[in-house]
Amino acid sequence: MPQDMTFGESLITALEEIMGQDRRVVLIGGGLVGTGSGQAQLARLREKYSSRIKNPPIAELGFCGIAAGAAMAGLRPLVDIGTATFSYEAIPQIVNEAAIAYSNSGGQTNVPVVYFMRYGIRGGGGVQHSGSPQPWYWNTPGLQLAMPASPADAKGLLRTALMRSQNPTIFLAHERLMDDRGPVPDGDYEIPFGHAAVKREGRDVTIIATGIQVPRALAAAEVLGKNESRQRWWILEPCSRWIRLASSPRLKRPAVWWSPMKVTITAASRRD
Amino acid sequence: MLADISREEQLGILRKMLMIRRAEEHVIRFNEDYKDLIRGHFHVYIGQEATGVSVCAALTSADYVFSTHRNHGHVIAKGGDPKKVLAEIIGRETGYCRGRAGTFHVAAPELRIVHTSAIVGGCLALAAGTAFASQVQETSAVTVVFFGDGAMEEGVFYEALNLAKLWQLPLIFLMENNYRRAGRSGVSHSATELADVPRALNVDTTVIDGGNVGLVYKTASDLVRRTRAGEGPFFVEARTHPWPGNEGAHPKLVAGATHIAWAWDASGVPEKMRSWYAEGDPVLLYARELVEQGGVSRDEIQQLDAEVRKDADEAARFALESPLPDPKAALNFAYAGGGN
Repeated sequence: MPQDMTFGESLITALEEIMGQDRRVVLIGGGLVGTGSGQAQLARLREKYSSRIKNPPIAELGFCGIAAGAAMAGLRPLVDIGTATFSYEAIPQIVNEAAIAYSNSGGQTNVPVVYFMRYGIRGGGGVQHSGSPQPWYWNTPGLQLAMPASPADAKGLLRTALMRSQNPTIFLAHERLMDDRGPVPDGDYEIPFGHAAVKREGRDVTIIATGIQVPRALAAAEVLGKNESRQRWWILEPCSRWIRLASSPRLKRPAVWWSPMKVTITAASRRD
Repeated sequence: MLADISREEQLGILRKMLMIRRAEEHVIRFNEDYKDLIRGHFHVYIGQEATGVSVCAALTSADYVFSTHRNHGHVIAKGGDPKKVLAEIIGRETGYCRGRAGTFHVAAPELRIVHTSAIVGGCLALAAGTAFASQVQETSAVTVVFFGDGAMEEGVFYEALNLAKLWQLPLIFLMENNYRRAGRSGVSHSATELADVPRALNVDTTVIDGGNVGLVYKTASDLVRRTRAGEGPFFVEARTHPWPGNEGAHPKLVAGATHIAWAWDASGVPEKMRSWYAEGDPVLLYARELVEQGGVSRDEIQQLDAEVRKDADEAARFALESPLPDPKAALNFAYAGGGN
C-alpha cells in the first residue's frame, strides 16, 4: 500500500530501510534534506545507526576521497555533500579517482559510492549556493547520475544507487522538491538506472526532463495543451544514459529540459 | 642494523629489492632501446627499494597499500609478479590492469593495491577510506599509503591527515622523502621540518633513514602492530638517498646496470656516481651488511642476484611478447555491470 509522504520524508525513510537491510551502507555527513521536511525521520535515523554515521570536518576533498576508498574496500558509502556547489571542492577525488578506478584497473576495482547533493535555485543562495552541476558530471565517464523528480523516485533511485549499483553515482535532489508530496511504494521498491519513465504520452513534441523540471514540464504541458489543440507531448524522465534515450526513433523532436532556460522551451514547442 | 628476522626472510628482502632494481633497469632499457614502447615519461623507484620492501615485509596479504606515480617498486614489494608489472608498464593485456593503467597507475587489486593515482597526493584520502572500511568492518587490516615529499604541498594531505586522526583510522602515512621537492629545495614548503606538520595535528611521527632495511623493518613492524591495536594513525618520514639517474622525465642508467659486486668494491663505478653507489644505494648497502654481519657469503649474494636477473629477463621477455589490448575493447570498463 503506497504511503503519502514528502520527498524529504521518503528519502530518509528509504535510507533507514536500506541501512537496516545492508550493513555495507554507511553515511558520511547527514544533513541530506537541508531545512526541508524529513527532520523527524533524520533524527531517528541518526540515533538508530549512529555507529555507521560519521560527521566529518569541513573537508569535502578529504571525505569524498575517503568515501571512494571505502567503496573500493567493500563499503557502500552515502556522502551528504550538502549544497551541490560544495562538490566542486572535491572534484579531484570524484572525477579523477572515483570515476576512473574501474577503468584504470581493467574492470577490477568497483567504486559503489553515492555522492548526494542538493542542487538548483533554493532562493537567497546567491551565485555560490544555487548551482546545477549535472551537465558537468554527466560529461564525466565513469559517473552515473540519478535525479529524482518525486517522493517515489527518491526512494527507488536511492535504493538502486546504494544497494545495486557497482559505479559511483551523483545523486542530485533539487532544493525545492524537498516538501513535494506524493505516493511512495512500500517494500523494496527500486528504479533501475538507464530507463526513462514516460509521464505523459503525445504526438508532436517530446520533452526529456529531469528532477524538478519533470513536474514543471507536466504543468506546462497542461497549460499549453489547452491552448493548442494539435499539440501533443511526450514527457520523459530519464534516469541515466540520456544519449541512448534521445536517439530513440520513437521520440518526436526531443528537447532536454533540465534548467528553466527559454531556449529549450522554445525549441520544444516550435513546429516544423 | 639487521632486522630481527630469520636468515631466509633477510634474503627474501634482498631478493625483492634486487627484483625491483632489475625490473626497473628493464623499464629504462624499454625506453632507450625501443621506439614508442613507452610513450611519454615515466618514473622509477631505484634508490628507494629499502623503504618499500621493508615496510611491505611487515604487512600481511590482507593489508592495503597505496602508491604513487613511482609505483613499480611498491607493487613488487607487496608481492607483485614482475611479469605482470612489466607487462602493465608497457600497456599489455597480460598486465595487472589489462594494459589500461600503464606505468603511472599500476594497481594490483588482488594484492590489495586497489587503485593507484598518479596525481600527487591523489591516494591519501582513498587510503584513509580503506582504513575507514577496515574500521567499520572490524577487520585487523591496516593501510599504508606511500607518498613523496611533494604530496605534502597538496591540500588533500592536510584534510586526509586531519580526518585520519579525528577518526583514529588504522592508517600509516609513509612519506618517502626523496628530496625532489620540499625536502631538497626548501622553497616549496614553509615548514622547518616536514615532520612538524603531522606533529602539529597530534599524529605520532617518526623520522628514519629510509635506506636502512633493519631500521625501516623494525619501525614498520612496531607501527603496524600498534595500528592493529587501534593506536593509529601514524606518520613516518623515510629519508631516502636520491639516485643520480633520476633527473628529468626519463630516468637513465647513468652508471649502467648495477653490479652486485659494487657492494664490496665500488671502484668500477664511474667516478661521478661512485659515492652514491658506495654510500647511498640501499640495495648494495644491504648486500654488504648481510655479508659483514649476517653470515651470508659473497657467492650466495651473487648467486641470488643471478637468479633474480634471470627472472627479470624472463619477465621482460614475457611483457614484450604479450599482446596489446584489442582496440575493440577500448571502451570496456567505463562502467561496471553494464552501467548499473
